[in-house]
Parts: sequence; C-alpha cells; structure tokens
Amino acid sequence: MAEYWYFQPGMEEKARAFFAETPKPEIMQNFEIRERDFVSAGVASAQIKYALKRLGVPSEILRRTAIAAYEAEINVTAHSKGGSVTSNIYSDCVYLIFKDCGPGMEDIEQSMTPGYSTADEMVREMGFGAGLGLPNIKKNSDVLHIVSERGKNTVLEIIIYY
Amino acid sequence: MKLKEILEAVEAEVLTEGVNPDMEISCAFGSDLISDILMCTKEPTLLLTGLTNPQVVRLSDMIDLFGVLFVRGKIPSQEVINMAKERNLPLFSTKNTLYKTSGILYNKGLRSCKI
Repeated sequence: MAEYWYFQPGMEEKARAFFAETPKPEIMQNFEIRERDFVSAGVASAQIKYALKRLGVPSEILRRTAIAAYEAEINVTAHSKGGSVTSNIYSDCVYLIFKDCGPGMEDIEQSMTPGYSTADEMVREMGFGAGLGLPNIKKNSDVLHIVSERGKNTVLEIIIYY
Repeated sequence: MKLKEILEAVEAEVLTEGVNPDMEISCAFGSDLISDILMCTKEPTLLLTGLTNPQVVRLSDMIDLFGVLFVRGKIPSQEVINMAKERNLPLFSTKNTLYKTSGILYNKGLRSCKI
C-alpha cells in the first residue's frame, strides 16, 4: 500500500485534528463518476463549485476547489474503473473524497512528478494526459492525502480552507 | 480590446448567435492542454485552442472564460455548440493556426492573461 500526504505550510496541525475528529458536515453531496465517460466528466466538480458559490464562498476558493476537483474527477474517469466523489461542506472548509474501483497506483511519488503520465492516446487527444493532474491538485489544495494499492483502488482526499 | 476587433483581425466566424460584439476582452490564453488552461487562467480570459471536445465547454464551469476561439478552422460538434449555448459561452472559429492567431492578436494589443 502506498500513502502520500501534503500539507500547505501551517496547515498540518489543523488538518490532523480534523481527520481525528471527522466532524459532521453541514452539507454533503455525492456523485458517481463513470469510467471513460468524457461527456459527463466535470459535472460533479461544477456542482460542488456551485454549492459553495451559493454559500458565498470567495471566488478564489471556488476557483481552487473547482480545479482540484475537476483534475481528480478526470483522473477517476480516465484511469480507473469508475468511482465516486463526496463533497463535505463545513463553515470553514470543503473536504472532498474521491474513491475509485481500481486498479490503484504502485508509486504515488512517481505519479506526482510533473510530466509523468500513463494516459493512452485517446485521453491525450482530448487534451489530458500531460502529467499535470496530480501536481495541479496539490497546487490548489491545502491538504492532499492519497492512499492507493495496486490491484485494489485509490482514495484521494482534499481539504481547502476558505 | 472589443470582441468585434478580435473577430475582424483573425477573420473569425461566430458559432453561437446572440454574442455582444462590443464585449470588452481583456486578455487571452492559448493551449491544447487542459491542465495548462486550468493552471494559467486566474482572470476572465478568451481561450484560443484546437481542442473541440465537450470538455472544452466543461472548462468554463470551472474557470472564467469570455469565450472560446477555435483555431486551424476547427468547428465542434452540434452537441458541443449546444452545451456552450446553455452556458451563454460564445464560440468562434478561425482558419488561422494557434501561433498565427496569437501573433495577430498580440500585435493588436491583446495581452496574455496573468499566469
């Protein structure tokens, strides 16, 4: 099993306390993400963004959340057998959980390397597969946690504070 | 720069009706890589691209786009045009390449978006 943690400077203590407590969210949304469905891909991320927008979350946070969510949604669409995303909205942050049905990653550090990609020709022709998905998620997240096992699945969690 | 000046300069065709020709376009960005587009557009932007799949329109749900100008004479499917209409996202097409389109507009004073 491979595990990866990233915290924006100064966020670790707060985030560890959050994961230890896992408080009940004020709003929860759940969306299915289908394997290779490049027509619907992005719908979940847009809905997550609009829910935050309705709550008056600042536009810079909306942009970061939408980009991180969209890159993760595309990863599930392009590289897994499908999965889901849950968006938990709190008064001070949004916590996203992407779970897929496999096949999982052997080496997360390698997948985090800008330019590294396992995308096939069809995915590349659509403008994806530049190997910037995970780096772009990291860049826009305050906390990123990935747990993956080759032959099993991947769970990717994101926290963005307002 | 006004939209009509941009369309004139690159001889672009309007693919979605009801576009305001006097709309003020402050900056542009050109790429065929989705991650690059997401990373580099922090303000309302005119996107120049050769990508015509539905995800180009989906991008406008995530980031703020004035519209999309397709290069190399590319025209998306009706399905993609309909998706853009639902979002009031203007679509245009020019026969010029990405490089030439960018050069023409840059010379006319349309600046690059902040990255």
